[in-house]
Amino acid sequence: MTTQPETATSGAETSRGVPNQPPAAATGPTNKPSGFAATDVLVNEFEDGPDTVQRAAATPDELQPHADLGLKDDEYARIREILGRRPTASELAMYSIMWSEHCSYKSSKVHLREFVKKVPKNTRMLAGIGENAGVVQISDKLAVTFKVESHNHPSYVEPYQGAATGVGGIVRDILAMGARPVAVMDPLRFGAADHPDTARVLPGVVAGIGGYGNCLGLPNIGGEIVFDPCYQGNPLVNALSIGVLPVERLQKKEATGVGNVVVLLGARTGRDGIGGVSVLASATFDEEAEQRRPSVQVGDPFMEKLLIESCLELYDAGLVSGIQDLGGAGLTCALTETAAAAGTGMRVWLERVPLREASMSPTEILASESQERMLLIVTPENLDKVLAVAEKWGVWATAIGEVTAANADGTPGRLLITWNDHVVVDVPPGSLADDGPVYERPLREPSDLILLQADRAETLPRPANGDELRETVLRMIASPNLCDKTWVTEQYDRYVLGNTVLAQPEDSGVLRIDEETGLGVALSVDGNGRFARLDPYEGAKLALAEAYRNVAVTGAEPIAVTDCLNFGSPEDPAVMWQFAQAVNGLADGCQQLGTPVTGGNVSFYNQTGAAAIHPTPVVGVMGIFDDVTRRIPMGFPAPAKAGGDLLFLLGETRTELSGSEWAWVTHGHLGGRPPKVDLAAEQALAAVMGRASKAGLVSAAHDLSDGGLSQVLVESCLRNNVGAKVTLPEDGTSAFVHLFSESAGRAVVAVPRGHEKAFTALAAEHGVPCTPIGVTSEETALEVQGQFSIPLDELRAAFSATLRDLFGGTAELVSRHADAEAEPAVVRSVTLEITDPQAPGGPIGSAPGNA
Amino acid sequence: MRIGVVTFPGSLDDGDAARAARIAGAEAVRLWHGDPDLHGVDAVVLPGGFSYGDYLRCGAIARFAPVMESIIDAARGGLPVLGICNGFQVLCEAHLLPGALTRNQHLHFRNRDQWLRVEATNTAWTNRFTAGQEILIPVKNGEGCFVADQRTLDQLEGEGRVIARYIRGNPNGSQRDIAGITNEAGNVVGIMPHPEHAVEALTGPSLDGLGFFTSVLQALAGASADGQLAGGQR
Repeated sequence: MTTQPETATSGAETSRGVPNQPPAAATGPTNKPSGFAATDVLVNEFEDGPDTVQRAAATPDELQPHADLGLKDDEYARIREILGRRPTASELAMYSIMWSEHCSYKSSKVHLREFVKKVPKNTRMLAGIGENAGVVQISDKLAVTFKVESHNHPSYVEPYQGAATGVGGIVRDILAMGARPVAVMDPLRFGAADHPDTARVLPGVVAGIGGYGNCLGLPNIGGEIVFDPCYQGNPLVNALSIGVLPVERLQKKEATGVGNVVVLLGARTGRDGIGGVSVLASATFDEEAEQRRPSVQVGDPFMEKLLIESCLELYDAGLVSGIQDLGGAGLTCALTETAAAAGTGMRVWLERVPLREASMSPTEILASESQERMLLIVTPENLDKVLAVAEKWGVWATAIGEVTAANADGTPGRLLITWNDHVVVDVPPGSLADDGPVYERPLREPSDLILLQADRAETLPRPANGDELRETVLRMIASPNLCDKTWVTEQYDRYVLGNTVLAQPEDSGVLRIDEETGLGVALSVDGNGRFARLDPYEGAKLALAEAYRNVAVTGAEPIAVTDCLNFGSPEDPAVMWQFAQAVNGLADGCQQLGTPVTGGNVSFYNQTGAAAIHPTPVVGVMGIFDDVTRRIPMGFPAPAKAGGDLLFLLGETRTELSGSEWAWVTHGHLGGRPPKVDLAAEQALAAVMGRASKAGLVSAAHDLSDGGLSQVLVESCLRNNVGAKVTLPEDGTSAFVHLFSESAGRAVVAVPRGHEKAFTALAAEHGVPCTPIGVTSEETALEVQGQFSIPLDELRAAFSATLRDLFGGTAELVSRHADAEAEPAVVRSVTLEITDPQAPGGPIGSAPGNA
Repeated sequence: MRIGVVTFPGSLDDGDAARAARIAGAEAVRLWHGDPDLHGVDAVVLPGGFSYGDYLRCGAIARFAPVMESIIDAARGGLPVLGICNGFQVLCEAHLLPGALTRNQHLHFRNRDQWLRVEATNTAWTNRFTAGQEILIPVKNGEGCFVADQRTLDQLEGEGRVIARYIRGNPNGSQRDIAGITNEAGNVVGIMPHPEHAVEALTGPSLDGLGFFTSVLQALAGASADGQLAGGQR
């Protein structure tokens, strides 16, 4: 028994009489039509057929629901001007989707140009902004493509499917570039950890990411989990994927070659996700959000796995002339973008599209966001080979159209779409894909910013003595943003594919790319909405600096950037100001660090009513290892020599508490200015770590960010259950500031005895402040001399319980007993019930032949 | 020695199983679900993953794949077969092993480095371990909770067919902490954790997983020496 798909050949009959039609093709061992095809529908399903071009021309005054579809009056007027008539129902739907904020970037375009304007000289980039994902060359033979994208709105409406299809969507972007996807990461932001709706959203989002990514066979190697009330009505579910390709396998999306066949590969098209991007991602939420579940797509990771394997086989056989993934905006986006990119025209027979529901109208087929689909452009002579590969993997493949010529005068051709011989679409593809509206939205600094920045956290009451510091450390590591995230991350497979060198909770995810040469990459994705709220320009730079530093401390060389810019409504001048500031900060930062923005995504309208989220630029940085075996982990190793390894603090600690985790957890305070960012210092730190890694001078390193030095010492001790004796420098700065300041440009490193001279000399050579702060120890405790000592067991208890207690639920409690060796009886008593042969739904028990 | 690794649609750890076989010193041969020909392999690994999406019971469709017809026959004839995770589920569905693997008790997919105690060392896949040896191997599954009726469980224990048990915590609620079992002949072994992910210091928590693959090479060498079928000597 196999999963050979049934065929959808019935499209062929109905397109008779159409000139130059390509053979209607389908996979499957037989040509017995089964399942649905659009031709199962009576044309007269509608009173008098679908809205056609002829009818549109004949009835210019017919009222159309453009406002309901999110099109402004002037935008609708422009459509009529472009077409010289009113659009058909299908055309109107297509324009409303392609001109939506999500697809057209109409509010962000003018600002995103900064990334291109300020792109550093970088010969490694093979494809950049505008492609499905940026591609960076990492060796003579190999390139890496990576990108982060948002799936915020769907994940709030339907957490499991929203998050699952977020993974599926970014993976198809990577696949469309010709790469094999090799890992995913998920930066997640939720409302207050103890809010009832967070208990609805978080478990669903995590299960959706795991359910899709695990079944797809992609290791999840990192991400973020952040809680803040500002995300209560607008959780941020961003998804990053990275892929690897031989340089020569890079794919293009252009639909070139007149007469080439347009093939739809993958899942059948259903009614899911209709209006998804335009409805969900391009408007603020209101109380009706609950009713929008039908506009969330539904994922099938198994189909996506087959899609990946069949596409890679097609690439390697050189059978693909052009390819584009179908995600937001579905067929509409893929057809118009591939044609527009090539300047060609396209002829599509819509009734050939294999359907899940026979009664779908042409408009619905064009607007559907059904997942796990790709659009291929193949030469007629390759068509049969393509269908054979699809059949081998049990994936639907159907020729739905062909590439047509540009106009005689060289102007781009037209996209002509028929449905059962009715012409439902006849448009210039570029008018949808490229010539959408562009807005210079008004900008205004938020009126409360000056007061907010004046309200500094440096003036807040602080712990006065060792006992209060001890209590503060324990309270901080148990707080939702700083606590152990294992409850979430162990729901993700981090081992599959066998190349995961480091994964969460390490500073970066590290992958082996080439088993022969040891070539590898490191990836980190970071953001800090509080810092960006206090100063969006500096906040964006700080996010970049943190991701860059996280990559650098593993010993990798940071080389490229992707970003996901999560903001409120662009129609609010204050939000638009924050956006412009953040984009400028990121563009300037990338220029200075020499790490180009290779691509990314903008998510606006993260806003419920008047309340916008903190501006949240999330930045992903990718770095490379010539030899990944020299990666530096974050955990202190068990002391090799008596006296343990020596601990050094790299970088300068200032009194910077505004926007810090301590100010938030202890005082619920957000105000002042974020920490100073010095990118030259970040580069110097990166240089030191790179050379220390090559010379093998360092046994562990951990970047300092949220929670400061205290957090780093706790995490590095608990990782391998190794204690530390810390002596804070006596430089006039208080122990509290040393432990909880969030100054940027810092890291803690462990240096094996014997290497300290070489290491300190290296730091001095690069002008990086290097302060001895103690040693690792045989005693399983974290001791800060003169202040406090905390046994590792006590730290672990405080660090580990938070998320499981918040989200574990009753089933989890059962397993907590099961986990405790002391009580195996509990396991048996539970399982006894479910193995009772009488019990409905009990197991098959011992089967014949096994006794 | 040639170790075959089956790829079903939805197999995910097949490349990793092949890598582990190579590291152990065997030649890895990829077998395709639709091809009943075993290409003369000396042993077979059914890898982890989500065969056919596992939208029905895990492994319930894979057991009917053409390649499985051949594997079932060969296994009854003594061919060493190791089912890892989804492969274990397939072996249970194929009735080469008793019992079934159900949803983890806590209802979550769980991926962690798991300690096991090896209990049966007289199988084709565990003969290089010492009885009672404690090993560290990644576990990652959503439906790894081993269940069987009490008679079957008692029989497995009585005949020493529990090859490994979870220690220091049961990750999925499996009855009697069972992580892996073998058939009567000792040539067919199913295990929920993933030995193929503990074969390299760079990427695994230990090298303990290698023992499963070196064991089968030893069993095969022994078999070819005394002309006996691997694992048949119990």
